[in-house]
Amino acid sequence: MSITYLGAIREAQAKLLRDDERVFIYGQDVGGTFGGAFKATKGLAKEFPGRVLNTPISEDAMVGTAIGAAINGMRPIVEMQFADFSSTALNQILNNAGTHYWRTNVPVPITVRLPSGGTKGSGPFHSQSMESIYAHYPGLIVMTPATVEDAYTMLIEAVAIDDPVIYCEHKYLYYHLKAEKLPTEGLPTGKARIARKGRDLTIVTYSAMLHEALAVAEQLASEGFEIEVVDLRSVKPLDTSTVLASVARTSRLLCVGESFPWGGAAAEVVARVAVEGFHLLDAAPQRLNAKDTPIPYHPNLWSAHRPNAKEIARKARALLRE
Amino acid sequence: MLQTAQRTAKSKTKKNAPPHERFLEAFRWMLLARTLEEKLVSLYRGGLITGGVYIGKGQEAVSVACGLFLQKGDIFAPLIRDQAGRSAFGEPLLDVTRTYLGSRQGPMRGRDGNIHRGHPRKNELAMISHLGAMVSVTVGALIAKRFKGEKNFIGLACIGEGGMQTGSFHEGMNIAAVEQVPLVVVATNNHYAYSTPNDREFACQDLVDRAIGYGFEGYSLDGTDLSACLDVIGGAVKRARAGRPPQLVVASVLRLSGHGEHDDASYVTEEIKREPFARDCLKVAEQMIVDLNLADAETLADWRKDAAAQVDEAISTAQKEVPPEGDREDWCAIATRALVDSI
Repeated sequence: MSITYLGAIREAQAKLLRDDERVFIYGQDVGGTFGGAFKATKGLAKEFPGRVLNTPISEDAMVGTAIGAAINGMRPIVEMQFADFSSTALNQILNNAGTHYWRTNVPVPITVRLPSGGTKGSGPFHSQSMESIYAHYPGLIVMTPATVEDAYTMLIEAVAIDDPVIYCEHKYLYYHLKAEKLPTEGLPTGKARIARKGRDLTIVTYSAMLHEALAVAEQLASEGFEIEVVDLRSVKPLDTSTVLASVARTSRLLCVGESFPWGGAAAEVVARVAVEGFHLLDAAPQRLNAKDTPIPYHPNLWSAHRPNAKEIARKARALLRE
Repeated sequence: MLQTAQRTAKSKTKKNAPPHERFLEAFRWMLLARTLEEKLVSLYRGGLITGGVYIGKGQEAVSVACGLFLQKGDIFAPLIRDQAGRSAFGEPLLDVTRTYLGSRQGPMRGRDGNIHRGHPRKNELAMISHLGAMVSVTVGALIAKRFKGEKNFIGLACIGEGGMQTGSFHEGMNIAAVEQVPLVVVATNNHYAYSTPNDREFACQDLVDRAIGYGFEGYSLDGTDLSACLDVIGGAVKRARAGRPPQLVVASVLRLSGHGEHDDASYVTEEIKREPFARDCLKVAEQMIVDLNLADAETLADWRKDAAAQVDEAISTAQKEVPPEGDREDWCAIATRALVDSI
């Protein structure tokens, strides 16, 4: 048996619904026989009657409702149909959920699932990576699983966490990634993983860009370079210690993220290494993001807009030469 | 299921008509709220309150009716001008004075101020400034109660005609009706969104007409008439508790203050001040007490004295308490300490 990244998300939700009566799923088209735009909840409405609920196209009210339910003892999972549409729920997520514990001492255990990132042909409004916006605001945990195993264990952990969790699942990985079986446990949230060991350059990344970085590491190995790849797993909290320890081994840093370039998770990693690990570096730390334009529709433009293996390799080679 | 908006006839204070059975109890909460807020205003003018003071002068009759009929287990989502309702719901005066004066012992511990306060564990939701947002949060609280098998609960959310124009309010109303939760939404049209009059806020003939569009039952109300407020809002609470569709009550008043105490409200026209809805609900209620001889002058004076004493005590207690200090604050925005980012 093998299971996809998407299947892992579905299985995690099935387990959560089975094991915890406080859990319910709330989102557009998640219920009935449809099971969500990407089928992440397929069959769950039938298996768990009354707990997988379709909502109107009302992202603000979906999250507001989840907040009210969460502070009254439930563990709602909100599915945004696309991460992009969570922008219309920003107020509830940032100003209500994100401030609630700080203001009132009452935590808000909601999980908001964001089908994130680009797939070809999806265009400006169905391709966005929103993790940096959510990480910027206080009061939220932001998960960015890059593997089938993490997709499963981190979603289960997200629901167990007492704070609001923004769970960024990458659409490109839904069917591209497969695992033989689901794990029973994973690394804890907040702990980055060394996805590949190396000594010449550290590439810090997360979500779908992990796989581009691993491909580059493989390619550069044939050129005699050993690239260390760090999978952040969550961008908030950000595991600065693991990143610094890796940079201490390699003395060079490239940070890769699919989101827009201005500010953001990649910039944050570069800033932290510059501030705390300047003495470890043999070259200026570098970053690579998508371009500073809306995300294009046409596959030729789309594949040039986001960081890809070719671009990462070019940047890595330049850094290795310094 | 198609719901029909229903309207009560425009209520009028009828001389000698027997008032609602909880009239005097409600009046005393109104008096307490007015007394407290007048004191807060003078503290603000004396520079003793930082930030702002936002009062409910002229809206106490509507507000008290919102808090008065709620029972243990009900959810209350008050808004900016709901001191009377908050007090009637059970919020201690100390919560107010501690929040305004920034005591560490208050519910918000200096982290938030003035009307942005609440006790979510005691079912008093803590509003955010972004209007309309608390409607769906109330819906969620009611859904949780339904999931947990609780019975006989309702939720009541307050809004103004300004907040009714937000997308968040619209989504909240719609989802409330879709979920068929026992919710009462009380909208007070005080005729100004900050300085903007009704004609630049909405263009429908009557805000209560929106009820039918949402699948709510709708009622209009003269918000200056305490007895009518108790009848209409009390009735809406009863119907929601009995399983009727969500209820919308639209009350008409004039805001008898600025948006906040920093605002002299010079934009409020003389013409609108002569409208029937511009009456001071507290004075109208007191006149009714006198006209119907519901309490004598001595009793009224005692009530005022008692309100002033309660307010003075709450202020003096909060003033003696320790303010928050930056170096004693833990600066942690999440409950899961192990997941605090190391920045």
